[in-house]
Amino acid sequence: MREIALHLMDIAENSVAAESRTIRMDVVEDLKADLLKVCIVDDGRGMDEETAKRVLDPFYTTRTTRKVGLGIPLLKSAAEMSDGGLTLASEPGKGTRVEATFRHSHIDRMPLGDVGMTMLTLLISYPHIHWTFNYQFADKQGRLNEFVLDDEEIKSALGDVSLTEPDVLRFLRGMIEEGIAALAPQTEF
Amino acid sequence: MPAIKSLEELKRVREEALAKKQMKAAPGHIQVIVAMGTCGIAAGARDTMKSVLNYIEAENLSGVTVTQTGCIGMCEQEPIMQVIVGDQPKVTYGKVNAEVAAQIMKQHVQGGLPLKDHVLPI
Repeated sequence: MREIALHLMDIAENSVAAESRTIRMDVVEDLKADLLKVCIVDDGRGMDEETAKRVLDPFYTTRTTRKVGLGIPLLKSAAEMSDGGLTLASEPGKGTRVEATFRHSHIDRMPLGDVGMTMLTLLISYPHIHWTFNYQFADKQGRLNEFVLDDEEIKSALGDVSLTEPDVLRFLRGMIEEGIAALAPQTEF
Repeated sequence: MPAIKSLEELKRVREEALAKKQMKAAPGHIQVIVAMGTCGIAAGARDTMKSVLNYIEAENLSGVTVTQTGCIGMCEQEPIMQVIVGDQPKVTYGKVNAEVAAQIMKQHVQGGLPLKDHVLPI
């Protein structure tokens, strides 16, 4: 996987599979602290301690379609390669939280990639899930900008109109792209 | 918080979308599914998805639902995309890069003819 944004989509997929109703995705770029942090929190079925340990093993999976899991271990190794790490907290019946950190300036840090496309894809693909996206960007002086997208209002305003109607798609894409672009016009990934 | 452009704008978008939908004689609902397991994502499924969404926007294609699914067990064929037109059986395509996705959208979703070269025998 070549982008952190793709990892985010992959981890979110686990949350969907865990029958979450609400999934929150945070991206924090803090140039002052030289930190990049991504976090996914869900209210899905969660895991017991034993399982939570085993998902870090690339050869553990609950799936029946193939023999390896890979998702979380891949993100973990990407984080560790750039002076960061991955933490996972889970409680059965409550939900799961996965957080990965990276040193922002590390030469081996994977590019963040197209976070907007990841948001858009998740939003339209799983309309029954309540999505919250929060993207924070702090520049070297510590000035903080934030893009927040909570899809609840959007969905109630749309009613029975599909998120993949062309006009709606254009609206959503515009909103996400503009929102992210306003964070840090000069960001180089 | 620059999050929502404006709810008023969204409501207007909704009214317009509804009006356009009613103008067209319902051609039977179409579903496009992109497989997005770890394998699919690593093989480029998000570009496939992007291509599908771009096509819908560019062609103003109404009445198509786009969703995703996890790994369906043929990782070597990823990116995988499935198309269901009305009550016809599901057609599964393999090795669908952005370009092939646009072809499928044109020939199958819009034109009704499956793209035989990329159909997986399942």
